[in-house]
Amino acid sequence: MNKVLPSLEEAIADIKDGAIIAIPGFFACGVPRALLQALIKKGTKNLTLTCGCGPLLGAADELKQLTLNGQLKKVIDSYGLFRSASKGMQDPFEQAIRAGKIEFEVYPMGTMAEKYRAGGAGIPAFYTPTGVGSVMENIVNEITDKRTPKETKVINGKKYILEYALQPDYAFVHAKYADTEGNLRYAKTARNFNHVMATAAKITIVEAENIVEPGKMDGDNIHTPGIYVKRIVKVERPKFAITID
Amino acid sequence: MSPEKIEGLPREMIALRVSREVQDGMYVNLGIGIPTLISNWIEGKDVCLQSEIGMLKTGALADGDQVDQDLINASCQAVTELPGTAYFDIAESFGMIRGGHIDVAVMGALQINARGDYAGWSNPSRGLFVGNVGGSMDLCAGAKKLYIAMEHTTKDGEYKIVNELSYPATALGRVSMLFTDLAVIDITPKGMVLKEVMPGLTPEMVQSVTEPKLIIDPNCKEMEL
Repeated sequence: MNKVLPSLEEAIADIKDGAIIAIPGFFACGVPRALLQALIKKGTKNLTLTCGCGPLLGAADELKQLTLNGQLKKVIDSYGLFRSASKGMQDPFEQAIRAGKIEFEVYPMGTMAEKYRAGGAGIPAFYTPTGVGSVMENIVNEITDKRTPKETKVINGKKYILEYALQPDYAFVHAKYADTEGNLRYAKTARNFNHVMATAAKITIVEAENIVEPGKMDGDNIHTPGIYVKRIVKVERPKFAITID
Repeated sequence: MSPEKIEGLPREMIALRVSREVQDGMYVNLGIGIPTLISNWIEGKDVCLQSEIGMLKTGALADGDQVDQDLINASCQAVTELPGTAYFDIAESFGMIRGGHIDVAVMGALQINARGDYAGWSNPSRGLFVGNVGGSMDLCAGAKKLYIAMEHTTKDGEYKIVNELSYPATALGRVSMLFTDLAVIDITPKGMVLKEVMPGLTPEMVQSVTEPKLIIDPNCKEMEL
Protein backbone atom coordinates (compact mmCIF):
# COMPACT_ATOMS: atom_id res chain seq x y z
CA MET A 1 0.00 0.00 0.00
CA ASN A 2 2.61 2.56 -1.10
CA LYS A 3 1.17 6.07 -0.82
CA VAL A 4 4.27 8.03 -1.75
CA LEU A 5 4.01 10.35 -4.75
CA PRO A 6 7.00 11.95 -6.47
CA SER A 7 5.78 15.56 -6.35
CA LEU A 8 3.54 17.98 -4.49
CA GLU A 9 1.93 18.90 -7.83
CA GLU A 10 0.70 15.33 -8.29
CA ALA A 11 -0.42 15.10 -4.68
CA ILE A 12 -2.76 18.08 -5.04
CA ALA A 13 -3.70 17.63 -8.72
CA ASP A 14 -7.35 16.74 -7.98
CA ILE A 15 -8.08 19.75 -5.75
CA LYS A 16 -10.78 21.77 -7.48
CA ASP A 17 -12.01 25.33 -7.14
CA GLY A 18 -14.26 25.62 -4.09
CA ALA A 19 -12.45 22.94 -2.06
CA ILE A 20 -12.40 23.03 1.76
CA ILE A 21 -8.89 22.37 3.10
CA ALA A 22 -7.75 21.96 6.72
CA ILE A 23 -4.45 23.73 7.50
CA PRO A 24 -2.72 22.67 10.74
CA GLY A 25 -0.06 24.59 12.61
CA PHE A 26 0.18 26.72 15.71
CA PHE A 27 1.42 29.94 14.16
CA ALA A 28 4.49 28.77 12.17
CA CYS A 29 4.98 25.55 14.15
CA GLY A 30 3.88 22.46 12.21
CA VAL A 31 2.50 24.31 9.16
CA PRO A 32 2.46 22.38 5.84
CA ARG A 33 4.22 25.19 4.08
CA ALA A 34 5.37 23.27 0.97
CA LEU A 35 1.79 22.14 0.26
CA LEU A 36 0.54 25.74 0.64
CA GLN A 37 3.20 26.85 -1.85
CA ALA A 38 2.07 24.15 -4.28
CA LEU A 39 -1.51 25.35 -3.88
CA ILE A 40 -0.45 28.90 -4.75
CA LYS A 41 1.34 27.60 -7.86
CA LYS A 42 -1.71 25.59 -8.90
CA GLY A 43 -3.89 28.69 -8.59
CA THR A 44 -7.00 26.91 -7.24
CA LYS A 45 -9.69 29.48 -6.43
CA ASN A 46 -12.68 29.95 -4.13
CA LEU A 47 -10.97 28.00 -1.35
CA THR A 48 -12.15 27.63 2.23
CA LEU A 49 -9.22 27.11 4.63
CA THR A 50 -10.17 25.74 8.04
CA CYS A 51 -7.42 26.32 10.60
CA GLY A 52 -6.98 26.07 14.37
CA CYS A 53 -4.46 28.59 15.67
CA GLY A 54 -3.03 31.04 13.17
CA PRO A 55 -1.07 28.84 10.72
CA LEU A 56 -1.59 31.48 8.06
CA LEU A 57 0.01 34.11 10.30
CA GLY A 58 2.98 31.74 10.59
CA ALA A 59 2.99 31.27 6.80
CA ALA A 60 2.59 35.01 6.24
CA ASP A 61 4.21 35.04 2.79
CA GLU A 62 1.92 32.27 1.59
CA LEU A 63 -1.15 34.01 3.08
CA LYS A 64 -0.24 37.19 1.26
CA GLN A 65 0.12 35.33 -2.05
CA LEU A 66 -3.16 33.42 -1.63
CA THR A 67 -4.91 36.71 -0.85
CA LEU A 68 -3.38 38.74 -3.67
CA ASN A 69 -4.09 35.89 -6.14
CA GLY A 70 -7.76 35.99 -5.07
CA GLN A 71 -7.69 32.27 -4.15
CA LEU A 72 -9.50 32.54 -0.81
CA LYS A 73 -13.24 32.56 -0.26
CA LYS A 74 -13.29 31.91 3.47
CA VAL A 75 -11.01 31.28 6.45
CA ILE A 76 -12.07 29.72 9.77
CA ASP A 77 -9.73 30.07 12.77
CA SER A 78 -9.46 30.88 16.47
CA TYR A 79 -6.53 33.26 16.05
CA GLY A 80 -6.33 34.57 12.50
CA LEU A 81 -5.51 38.26 12.83
CA PHE A 82 -2.11 39.84 13.37
CA ARG A 83 -1.74 40.79 17.03
CA SER A 84 -0.71 44.30 16.18
CA ALA A 85 -3.65 46.33 14.87
CA SER A 86 -1.32 48.60 12.90
CA LYS A 87 0.32 45.61 11.17
CA GLY A 88 -3.14 44.23 10.48
CA MET A 89 -4.21 47.44 8.75
CA GLN A 90 -1.28 47.02 6.33
CA ASP A 91 -1.98 43.35 5.75
CA PRO A 92 -3.74 42.42 2.47
CA PHE A 93 -5.61 39.53 4.16
CA GLU A 94 -7.12 41.75 6.87
CA GLN A 95 -7.89 44.40 4.25
CA ALA A 96 -9.74 41.76 2.21
CA ILE A 97 -11.72 40.73 5.32
CA ARG A 98 -12.64 44.35 6.01
CA ALA A 99 -13.68 44.82 2.38
CA GLY A 100 -15.92 41.71 2.57
CA LYS A 101 -13.85 39.93 -0.11
CA ILE A 102 -12.85 37.07 2.22
CA GLU A 103 -15.24 35.61 4.83
CA PHE A 104 -13.67 35.13 8.24
CA GLU A 105 -15.30 33.03 10.94
CA VAL A 106 -14.07 32.58 14.51
CA TYR A 107 -14.41 29.74 17.03
CA PRO A 108 -12.57 29.07 20.30
CA MET A 109 -9.46 26.93 19.80
CA GLY A 110 -10.71 23.96 21.77
CA THR A 111 -13.95 24.02 19.81
CA MET A 112 -11.94 23.95 16.56
CA ALA A 113 -9.92 20.98 17.88
CA GLU A 114 -13.06 19.10 18.86
CA LYS A 115 -14.76 19.86 15.50
CA TYR A 116 -11.97 17.93 13.76
CA ARG A 117 -11.84 15.18 16.38
CA ALA A 118 -15.61 14.67 16.07
CA GLY A 119 -15.40 14.88 12.27
CA GLY A 120 -12.86 12.07 12.19
CA ALA A 121 -14.68 9.96 14.76
CA GLY A 122 -18.22 9.84 13.37
CA ILE A 123 -19.72 12.28 15.87
CA PRO A 124 -21.86 14.85 14.00
CA ALA A 125 -21.98 17.48 16.74
CA PHE A 126 -21.17 17.99 20.40
CA TYR A 127 -22.10 20.17 23.37
CA THR A 128 -19.34 22.30 24.87
CA PRO A 129 -19.21 24.66 27.86
CA THR A 130 -16.71 26.86 26.02
CA GLY A 131 -18.03 30.28 25.03
CA VAL A 132 -21.19 30.24 27.15
CA GLY A 133 -22.02 33.83 28.13
CA SER A 134 -20.00 35.25 25.24
CA VAL A 135 -20.81 36.12 21.62
CA MET A 136 -19.65 32.57 20.78
CA GLU A 137 -23.23 31.54 21.57
CA ASN A 138 -23.71 32.87 18.03
CA ILE A 139 -21.95 32.31 14.74
CA VAL A 140 -19.20 34.95 14.80
CA ASN A 141 -17.96 36.30 11.50
CA GLU A 142 -16.93 39.59 10.02
CA ILE A 143 -19.93 39.89 7.69
CA THR A 144 -22.37 41.32 10.22
CA ASP A 145 -22.83 41.97 13.91
CA LYS A 146 -26.42 40.68 13.52
CA ARG A 147 -25.49 37.19 14.58
CA THR A 148 -27.21 33.84 14.13
CA PRO A 149 -27.58 32.06 17.49
CA LYS A 150 -26.22 28.53 17.91
CA GLU A 151 -28.39 25.92 19.66
CA THR A 152 -27.81 25.62 23.40
CA LYS A 153 -28.94 23.09 25.98
CA VAL A 154 -28.98 22.96 29.77
CA ILE A 155 -27.58 19.62 30.98
CA ASN A 156 -27.54 18.93 34.74
CA GLY A 157 -28.19 22.61 35.38
CA LYS A 158 -25.32 23.92 33.25
CA LYS A 159 -25.58 25.54 29.83
CA TYR A 160 -23.74 24.18 26.79
CA ILE A 161 -23.38 25.23 23.14
CA LEU A 162 -24.01 22.82 20.27
CA GLU A 163 -21.09 22.83 17.83
CA TYR A 164 -20.90 20.82 14.62
CA ALA A 165 -18.16 18.49 13.42
CA LEU A 166 -15.92 19.51 10.51
CA GLN A 167 -15.04 17.14 7.69
CA PRO A 168 -12.93 19.13 5.23
CA ASP A 169 -12.41 17.82 1.68
CA TYR A 170 -8.65 17.74 2.25
CA ALA A 171 -6.15 18.09 5.08
CA PHE A 172 -2.59 19.22 4.44
CA VAL A 173 -0.36 17.66 7.09
CA HIS A 174 3.30 18.22 8.01
CA ALA A 175 5.04 15.19 9.56
CA LYS A 176 8.57 14.63 10.78
CA TYR A 177 8.49 10.94 9.84
CA ALA A 178 6.21 8.90 7.59
CA ASP A 179 6.48 5.36 6.43
CA THR A 180 5.42 4.64 2.87
CA GLU A 181 2.05 3.33 4.08
CA GLY A 182 1.20 6.54 5.93
CA ASN A 183 2.03 5.91 9.58
CA LEU A 184 3.13 9.32 10.90
CA ARG A 185 5.15 10.86 13.69
CA TYR A 186 5.33 14.56 14.42
CA ALA A 187 8.03 16.55 16.22
CA LYS A 188 7.27 17.93 19.67
CA THR A 189 4.75 20.80 19.60
CA ALA A 190 4.58 20.67 15.78
CA ARG A 191 1.98 17.91 16.28
CA ASN A 192 -0.74 20.38 17.36
CA PHE A 193 -3.62 20.21 14.82
CA ASN A 194 -1.90 17.82 12.39
CA HIS A 195 -3.29 14.58 13.82
CA VAL A 196 -6.93 15.61 14.29
CA MET A 197 -7.06 17.20 10.86
CA ALA A 198 -5.62 14.02 9.30
CA THR A 199 -8.47 12.05 10.88
CA ALA A 200 -11.21 14.52 9.87
CA ALA A 201 -10.54 15.12 6.16
CA LYS A 202 -11.88 13.03 3.30
CA ILE A 203 -8.42 13.09 1.68
CA THR A 204 -5.28 13.66 3.79
CA ILE A 205 -2.11 14.72 1.99
CA VAL A 206 1.14 14.57 3.96
CA GLU A 207 4.40 16.42 3.42
CA ALA A 208 7.05 14.50 5.37
CA GLU A 209 10.60 15.47 6.25
CA ASN A 210 11.63 11.80 6.29
CA ILE A 211 10.07 8.78 4.59
CA VAL A 212 11.01 5.26 5.70
CA GLU A 213 10.01 1.70 4.78
CA PRO A 214 7.22 -0.04 6.75
CA GLY A 215 8.67 -1.65 9.86
CA LYS A 216 11.24 1.09 10.40
CA MET A 217 8.93 3.00 12.76
CA ASP A 218 8.17 1.67 16.23
CA GLY A 219 4.54 0.55 16.12
CA ASP A 220 4.15 1.58 19.76
CA ASN A 221 5.07 5.15 18.91
CA ILE A 222 2.95 6.12 15.93
CA HIS A 223 0.96 9.35 16.30
CA THR A 224 -1.30 8.95 13.24
CA PRO A 225 -1.99 5.45 11.90
CA GLY A 226 -1.76 5.14 8.12
CA ILE A 227 -5.48 4.47 7.66
CA TYR A 228 -6.08 8.24 7.77
CA VAL A 229 -3.47 9.07 5.12
CA LYS A 230 -3.99 9.02 1.34
CA ARG A 231 -0.85 10.58 -0.18
CA ILE A 232 2.70 11.35 0.99
CA VAL A 233 5.40 13.55 -0.53
CA LYS A 234 8.97 14.05 0.73
CA VAL A 235 9.86 17.68 1.48
CA GLU A 236 12.87 19.50 2.88
CA ARG A 237 12.62 20.63 6.48
CA PRO A 238 11.06 24.09 6.26
CA LYS A 239 12.72 27.15 7.76
CA PHE A 240 10.73 29.88 9.42
CA ALA A 241 10.93 32.57 12.03
CA ILE A 242 9.29 31.99 15.43
CA THR A 243 7.30 35.15 15.98
CA ILE A 244 3.85 36.65 16.21
CA ASP A 245 3.11 40.33 16.10
CA MET B 1 -13.42 61.74 32.39
CA SER B 2 -10.45 59.56 33.24
CA PRO B 3 -9.11 59.38 36.77
CA GLU B 4 -5.54 60.53 37.38
CA LYS B 5 -3.20 57.69 36.42
CA ILE B 6 -0.95 56.20 39.12
CA GLU B 7 2.43 54.77 38.11
CA GLY B 8 2.45 51.17 39.24
CA LEU B 9 4.80 48.21 39.51
CA PRO B 10 6.60 46.89 36.43
CA ARG B 11 5.01 43.88 34.70
CA GLU B 12 7.66 41.51 36.12
CA MET B 13 6.57 42.45 39.65
CA ILE B 14 2.91 41.69 38.88
CA ALA B 15 4.11 38.29 37.64
CA LEU B 16 6.17 37.79 40.82
CA ARG B 17 3.15 38.51 43.00
CA VAL B 18 0.94 36.04 41.07
CA SER B 19 3.68 33.41 41.30
CA ARG B 20 3.18 33.33 45.11
CA GLU B 21 -0.25 31.77 44.49
CA VAL B 22 1.29 28.98 42.42
CA GLN B 23 2.03 26.11 44.75
CA ASP B 24 3.75 22.73 44.58
CA GLY B 25 1.71 20.08 42.83
CA MET B 26 -0.27 22.48 40.63
CA TYR B 27 -0.89 22.17 36.89
CA VAL B 28 -0.93 25.72 35.55
CA ASN B 29 -1.66 27.39 32.20
CA LEU B 30 -0.27 30.87 31.55
CA GLY B 31 -1.80 33.17 28.94
CA ILE B 32 -0.01 35.57 26.62
CA GLY B 33 1.53 38.78 28.04
CA ILE B 34 2.10 39.35 31.78
CA PRO B 35 1.01 35.77 32.71
CA THR B 36 3.83 34.28 30.61
CA LEU B 37 6.34 36.20 32.78
CA ILE B 38 5.19 34.17 35.82
CA SER B 39 7.29 31.28 34.48
CA ASN B 40 10.40 33.33 35.43
CA TRP B 41 9.41 33.25 39.11
CA ILE B 42 8.51 29.60 39.79
CA GLU B 43 11.94 28.01 39.52
CA GLY B 44 12.41 25.46 42.27
CA LYS B 45 8.68 24.89 42.71
CA ASP B 46 7.18 21.52 41.85
CA VAL B 47 4.78 23.07 39.32
CA CYS B 48 3.84 21.78 35.87
CA LEU B 49 3.15 24.34 33.13
CA GLN B 50 0.68 23.24 30.47
CA SER B 51 0.91 24.87 27.04
CA GLU B 52 -2.31 24.44 25.08
CA ILE B 53 -0.29 23.80 21.90
CA GLY B 54 0.15 20.31 23.38
CA MET B 55 2.86 20.20 26.04
CA LEU B 56 3.12 19.47 29.76
CA LYS B 57 6.20 20.48 31.77
CA THR B 58 7.08 23.41 29.54
CA GLY B 59 10.65 24.52 30.29
CA ALA B 60 12.39 27.90 30.26
CA LEU B 61 12.64 30.08 27.15
CA ALA B 62 15.16 28.74 24.63
CA ASP B 63 18.23 30.71 23.72
CA GLY B 64 20.76 30.54 20.85
CA ASP B 65 21.47 26.94 19.82
CA GLN B 66 18.62 25.65 21.99
CA VAL B 67 16.00 27.20 19.69
CA ASP B 68 14.01 24.50 17.89
CA GLN B 69 11.26 25.62 15.52
CA ASP B 70 9.29 22.49 16.46
CA LEU B 71 9.21 23.45 20.15
CA ILE B 72 7.25 26.56 21.09
CA ASN B 73 4.85 27.54 23.84
CA ALA B 74 1.33 28.86 23.30
CA SER B 75 2.66 32.43 23.28
CA CYS B 76 4.75 31.47 20.21
CA GLN B 77 8.08 31.62 22.05
CA ALA B 78 10.82 29.02 21.58
CA VAL B 79 11.04 26.99 24.80
CA THR B 80 12.96 24.05 26.22
CA GLU B 81 12.04 20.64 27.63
CA LEU B 82 12.28 19.53 31.23
CA PRO B 83 12.80 15.99 32.52
CA GLY B 84 9.30 14.50 32.22
CA THR B 85 8.00 16.74 29.44
CA ALA B 86 5.07 15.23 27.53
CA TYR B 87 3.70 16.18 24.10
CA PHE B 88 0.19 15.44 22.83
CA ASP B 89 -2.23 16.52 20.14
CA ILE B 90 -4.54 19.50 20.31
CA ALA B 91 -7.82 17.63 20.96
CA GLU B 92 -6.16 15.93 23.92
CA SER B 93 -4.81 19.28 25.10
CA PHE B 94 -8.22 20.97 25.09
CA GLY B 95 -9.82 17.84 26.50
CA MET B 96 -7.62 18.22 29.58
CA ILE B 97 -8.43 21.95 29.70
CA ARG B 98 -12.22 21.67 29.40
CA GLY B 99 -12.20 18.48 31.46
CA GLY B 100 -11.20 20.29 34.63
CA HIS B 101 -7.62 19.03 34.95
CA ILE B 102 -5.90 22.44 35.04
CA ASP B 103 -5.66 23.85 38.60
CA VAL B 104 -5.01 27.49 37.72
CA ALA B 105 -5.16 29.52 34.52
CA VAL B 106 -3.76 33.06 34.52
CA MET B 107 -4.90 35.36 31.72
CA GLY B 108 -4.50 38.98 30.72
CA ALA B 109 -7.57 41.20 30.33
CA LEU B 110 -8.80 44.41 28.74
CA GLN B 111 -11.64 44.88 31.25
CA ILE B 112 -12.98 43.15 34.33
CA ASN B 113 -15.96 43.81 36.61
CA ALA B 114 -16.85 43.03 40.22
CA ARG B 115 -18.86 39.94 39.24
CA GLY B 116 -15.74 38.26 37.83
CA ASP B 117 -16.74 38.81 34.20
CA TYR B 118 -13.84 39.76 31.99
CA ALA B 119 -13.12 40.85 28.43
CA GLY B 120 -9.87 40.04 26.70
CA TRP B 121 -10.32 38.56 23.27
CA SER B 122 -11.49 41.41 21.08
CA ASN B 123 -10.81 45.14 21.18
CA PRO B 124 -13.64 46.94 19.35
CA SER B 125 -11.34 49.90 18.64
CA ARG B 126 -9.86 47.73 15.89
CA GLY B 127 -13.13 48.17 14.01
CA LEU B 128 -13.82 44.47 13.45
CA PHE B 129 -16.66 42.22 14.66
CA VAL B 130 -14.11 39.42 15.14
CA GLY B 131 -10.94 39.00 17.18
CA ASN B 132 -8.32 36.48 18.27
CA VAL B 133 -10.04 34.26 20.80
CA GLY B 134 -7.42 31.48 20.83
CA GLY B 135 -7.84 29.12 23.77
CA SER B 136 -8.96 31.73 26.31
CA MET B 137 -12.64 30.74 26.47
CA ASP B 138 -11.76 27.04 26.82
CA LEU B 139 -9.47 27.84 29.75
CA CYS B 140 -12.23 29.91 31.36
CA ALA B 141 -14.67 27.05 30.95
CA GLY B 142 -12.38 24.38 32.35
CA ALA B 143 -9.71 25.69 34.73
CA LYS B 144 -10.50 25.12 38.42
CA LYS B 145 -9.36 28.67 39.22
CA LEU B 146 -9.05 31.65 36.90
CA TYR B 147 -6.78 34.58 37.80
CA ILE B 148 -6.32 37.81 35.86
CA ALA B 149 -2.97 39.63 35.73
CA MET B 150 -3.07 43.04 34.09
CA GLU B 151 -2.25 46.72 34.40
CA HIS B 152 -4.78 48.48 36.66
CA THR B 153 -5.70 51.15 34.07
CA THR B 154 -5.10 51.69 30.35
CA LYS B 155 -2.02 53.55 29.10
CA ASP B 156 -4.16 56.70 29.09
CA GLY B 157 -5.31 56.07 32.66
CA GLU B 158 -8.85 54.92 31.80
CA TYR B 159 -10.61 52.36 33.98
CA LYS B 160 -10.01 48.71 33.13
CA ILE B 161 -11.79 47.64 36.33
CA VAL B 162 -15.30 48.74 35.43
CA ASN B 163 -18.91 48.51 36.57
CA GLU B 164 -20.03 47.01 33.25
CA LEU B 165 -17.91 45.59 30.42
CA SER B 166 -18.07 47.63 27.23
CA TYR B 167 -15.85 45.13 25.36
CA PRO B 168 -17.04 41.63 24.34
CA ALA B 169 -16.86 39.22 27.29
CA THR B 170 -14.50 36.26 27.30
CA ALA B 171 -16.32 34.63 30.23
CA LEU B 172 -18.86 35.54 32.87
CA GLY B 173 -18.35 35.12 36.62
CA ARG B 174 -15.25 32.97 36.38
CA VAL B 175 -12.45 35.18 37.75
CA SER B 176 -11.59 34.67 41.43
CA MET B 177 -8.48 36.83 41.87
CA LEU B 178 -7.15 39.94 40.15
CA PHE B 179 -3.50 41.02 40.25
CA THR B 180 -2.54 44.46 38.95
CA ASP B 181 0.42 46.81 39.15
CA LEU B 182 -1.36 48.56 42.05
CA ALA B 183 -3.31 45.94 43.96
CA VAL B 184 -4.39 42.40 44.71
CA ILE B 185 -8.18 42.00 44.69
CA ASP B 186 -10.34 39.00 45.60
CA ILE B 187 -13.56 38.63 43.64
CA THR B 188 -16.28 37.43 45.98
CA PRO B 189 -20.08 37.11 45.84
CA LYS B 190 -20.21 40.44 47.74
CA GLY B 191 -17.95 42.20 45.26
CA MET B 192 -14.28 43.15 44.92
CA VAL B 193 -12.29 42.90 48.15
CA LEU B 194 -9.04 44.86 48.24
CA LYS B 195 -6.45 42.60 49.91
CA GLU B 196 -3.13 44.24 49.08
CA VAL B 197 -1.84 47.53 47.70
CA MET B 198 1.45 48.50 46.06
CA PRO B 199 3.93 49.71 48.72
CA GLY B 200 3.32 53.43 49.28
CA LEU B 201 -0.32 53.47 48.13
CA THR B 202 -3.43 53.82 50.24
CA PRO B 203 -6.67 51.92 49.56
CA GLU B 204 -8.25 55.29 48.66
CA MET B 205 -5.66 55.82 45.93
CA VAL B 206 -6.45 52.37 44.47
CA GLN B 207 -10.18 53.19 44.67
CA SER B 208 -9.59 56.40 42.71
CA VAL B 209 -8.54 54.38 39.63
CA THR B 210 -11.16 51.63 40.10
CA GLU B 211 -14.73 52.21 38.95
CA PRO B 212 -16.61 49.68 41.13
CA LYS B 213 -16.72 50.38 44.86
CA LEU B 214 -14.04 48.30 46.57
CA ILE B 215 -14.60 46.51 49.88
CA ILE B 216 -11.45 47.20 51.92
CA ASP B 217 -10.36 44.06 53.71
CA PRO B 218 -9.71 44.83 57.42
CA ASN B 219 -6.32 43.15 56.98
CA CYS B 220 -5.50 44.99 53.74
CA LYS B 221 -1.71 45.34 53.58
CA GLU B 222 1.14 46.37 51.34
CA MET B 223 2.25 43.78 48.76
CA GLU B 224 5.38 41.88 49.76
CA LEU B 225 7.69 41.66 46.76
